[in-house]
Amino acid sequence: MVRPLSLAQRLHLDLPLLFALLLAAGYGLLVLYSAIDQDPERLEAQLVRLGLAFTVMVVVAQVPPALWRRLAVPLYLAGVLTLVAVLLVGEIGKGAQRWLDLGVLRFQPSELLKLGVPLLLAWFLALRPLPPGAWRTLGALVLTALPAVLIARQPDLGTALLVGSAGLAVLFLAGLSWRLIAFLGVTAAALAPLLWSQMLDYQKNRVLTLFDPERDPLGTGYHIIQSQIAIGSGGVYGKGWGLGTQSHLEFLPERSTDFIFAVLGEELGLFGVLALLGLYLFIVFRGLYLASQCQDSFGRLLAGGLTLVFFVYLFVNTGMVSGLLPVVGVPLPLVSYGGTSMVTLLAGFGLIMSMYTHPGATGRGGGGRILPRW
Amino acid sequence: MAGSWFHADVDERRAFTRRAWAAAILAILLLLVVVARVAQLQVQKHQHFSTLSQDNRVRLEPLPPVRGLIYDSHGVPLATNEPSFTLTLTPYKVKNAEALFAELAAIVPIAEADLKRYERLRRQGSPYQAIPLRLHLTEVEIARLSLEGHRFPAMDIRTDLLRTYPQGPLTGHVLGYVGRIDEDELKRIDQGAYRGTDFIGKTGLEKAYEAVLHGQVGYRQVEVNAKGRVLRTLESQPPVPGKDLRLHLDIRLQRDAAAALGQRRGAVAALDPRTGGVLALVSNPGFDPNPFVEGIGTQEYAALRDDPDVPLFDRALRGQYPPGSTIKPFIALAGLESGVITPRQAKHCSGAYQLPGQSHRYRDWRRGGHGSVDLRRSIVESCDVYYYDLAHDLGIDRLGDFLGKFHFGRKTGVDLAGELGGLLPSREWKRRVRNQAWYPGETLIVGIGQGAFLATPLQLAAATAALANGGRYLEPRVAKSMEAGADQPEAIPAPGRPLGLDPSHLEDVVQAMIQVVESPRGTAKRIRSPAYRIAGKTGTAQVFTVGQKETYKEKQVAERKRDHALFVAFAPVEDPRIALAVVVENGGHGGAVAAPVARAVLDSYLLGTGPAGALGEPGEEEAEDGD
Repeated sequence: MVRPLSLAQRLHLDLPLLFALLLAAGYGLLVLYSAIDQDPERLEAQLVRLGLAFTVMVVVAQVPPALWRRLAVPLYLAGVLTLVAVLLVGEIGKGAQRWLDLGVLRFQPSELLKLGVPLLLAWFLALRPLPPGAWRTLGALVLTALPAVLIARQPDLGTALLVGSAGLAVLFLAGLSWRLIAFLGVTAAALAPLLWSQMLDYQKNRVLTLFDPERDPLGTGYHIIQSQIAIGSGGVYGKGWGLGTQSHLEFLPERSTDFIFAVLGEELGLFGVLALLGLYLFIVFRGLYLASQCQDSFGRLLAGGLTLVFFVYLFVNTGMVSGLLPVVGVPLPLVSYGGTSMVTLLAGFGLIMSMYTHPGATGRGGGGRILPRW
Repeated sequence: MAGSWFHADVDERRAFTRRAWAAAILAILLLLVVVARVAQLQVQKHQHFSTLSQDNRVRLEPLPPVRGLIYDSHGVPLATNEPSFTLTLTPYKVKNAEALFAELAAIVPIAEADLKRYERLRRQGSPYQAIPLRLHLTEVEIARLSLEGHRFPAMDIRTDLLRTYPQGPLTGHVLGYVGRIDEDELKRIDQGAYRGTDFIGKTGLEKAYEAVLHGQVGYRQVEVNAKGRVLRTLESQPPVPGKDLRLHLDIRLQRDAAAALGQRRGAVAALDPRTGGVLALVSNPGFDPNPFVEGIGTQEYAALRDDPDVPLFDRALRGQYPPGSTIKPFIALAGLESGVITPRQAKHCSGAYQLPGQSHRYRDWRRGGHGSVDLRRSIVESCDVYYYDLAHDLGIDRLGDFLGKFHFGRKTGVDLAGELGGLLPSREWKRRVRNQAWYPGETLIVGIGQGAFLATPLQLAAATAALANGGRYLEPRVAKSMEAGADQPEAIPAPGRPLGLDPSHLEDVVQAMIQVVESPRGTAKRIRSPAYRIAGKTGTAQVFTVGQKETYKEKQVAERKRDHALFVAFAPVEDPRIALAVVVENGGHGGAVAAPVARAVLDSYLLGTGPAGALGEPGEEEAEDGD
């Protein structure tokens, strides 16, 4: 039974997942280097961020699941309370509403909740045997909706979507009954008009322009039109690395951040797109596999939930850039230029590895439940 | 039990695996949708988009709005936009930068600082964007560059409108200035609205009215060739220029007030008590805002920053001084309003005041005392003992409540960025800041406007204006109206609030303030004017605490530790049109130093006469003048 531990096991890493992440990050860097007009300084900045993010991942993976479970409630509460604080301060200052300035450190509490919500829900649902009943489901939905609504009011629809889907992903994996899923789906459809009336003008605009980009060719429609031209003109083989006219003649807005998928499509073509999506799919499958191998329900739900959030990231971004979904501020994972969300993303993979690689650390595979009385 | 628990876990694991598979299948399906969509764009519609991309020479360019101008009350321009010609380079067209710089430097002078700025901006921007190399080209330089232009394909001469402040240092503090949008501001502003705009209001009026002055960005769709050069304009939505601001500020008065202060450090705040309009707001020394617009040089900035006279500090808006005896009319009014004193009731001043059971002697500025003092004499001669006793009778709570109505201890609400609200000491403040209980002796010190009590010149002027206009507190306003093109000017209101004062009480205090100037015993008798009547009050703010047994000898105290001289006034008393506060730092006694400055400002505004060196050398008789 007892085998000597390999280096990767001792470092609490999963090598296939690690290599896939590094490969995707490297590929992303290649696309980004073109998108930022081969500016060495911004490349360096991105490299530093990637280095930091991977370091955070390794560190997070060292922390045993038992400790993460204990941190679930404090992290969630800290996130929600700072969100409330930011909303209040933001209302007074009328200015920077998403950031809480702690002097040295400036951070977005909504980032914290991208991990805090799946942690809390995995803890909450694994307290008792699965699948959850109606009341526990309702509780889980409330715990998810609270931070999601707060973030949506900032207004940061993209992050709200990610945080909300994190909660729903954990709930789904916990075995939410198909009938309830169908019921929730119908309810959501029925509530859509209400949601619509709550949306801000610019958000409504983005949805409307999805169906008819020409109605606002100077504003949000411009993004969609230009990104579709970029992707479409790339064809099967692409125009060649660094040769995208859409990107480099500045027709494509936000080409190094949220719309970088269009640069990939234009310069490296359908093959380039398939390569990236293939890598992503491998990462998702590996994540789900690791989740299913975890010792207890808490680990399984958390690892699986985080994997699905990663999928939501890439699906929403690629769907938005290719004109399937409305424009929502969600970066392309491991590729887009920018820092905080990448650190959170890789911290999430650190959590997945922690759940997988610490055998029995949560107490005899105790299912995250109170110890049985016997 | 253990068995069932184990089975439960196995069940949960199996259930999870089923769900994970469901999720995986959903993920594949959704990804297939994306792939199908991308394939649709790249394979099926490739030809279509390829053509569009070939023809995609239509670019959206922002048309930045022209910033609104600022005029004084008589229409004299205070902030304008002047055309400025800039030599720019487009980095991706530059083959050999060093050689190009050398060649260009042979045609027009290019300084080391220009090269540094170019390098900095080039690293931040895109290589396809023109970067400024030399600013402010002269006409001769433009002509010379145009002759040689064909040799430098990377070069362009761009025409910008540059914010210019024709009055220079005179308006540096009150108008503030615009500067390049920095990273923090970039996060705060609506970037869409500032597309194409490089400048934003940083301080003063320019910052406070940023939303009005900026205007709305416009767009034009232009057709460009494959190299990005504009061929023609297809469609455009013109920008809406920012609105012009017309101020209450009278630049002539501003100039005369600055001249009246001369070389002294200090501030003048003058208001129209009928409207709350700011007629003049001077902080001396001032600074020239013009170099700040394009980014002031490091050395030039260091010189301003390290100047011991701190010219960058706006004394009128942010200078917090003990109000000294200028607070006495307000304390007297508090006494009358609360019924603690009547105008005729006299107190005896022996030159010092003692609280029952305490040995500390609170001294009057006149060592021998003023004898029997009623309300009028207490203000005319600025008797301290009278106010020690009055403050003691009122108590700090009533005193604080009343002074708070005149916005002591809180901002006036003026339409300028960065105002400070002074400090009105209270029990709550002392507990919060020093964690100590309030001592009765501190109430006495507040009664003569010393100690921790602080007020800005603007606060003093606004409070005095409320005395002048019959008891309405008006929030000061520098801007009078906004004007957009030929439209009717849109007035900017100055919110006001009646303080609910008894007119007879107000009359008693104002009469006493008139005697400060008109009585032979008044502390400001030297500024009495034959042309109009002034009501005023002198004040002296201690900078340096004198010990119990010592006396304050002006000549022995270092200049920077001398008292600040203050004066508040309004005129003409029958129908006040101007209320003001003057502070001269380390000036000594208010009557000797600050009051003549006020007189010069009043003369300028009411009589139209220019200043005649209001500040003479301190005279002999001033020891009897002060308070």
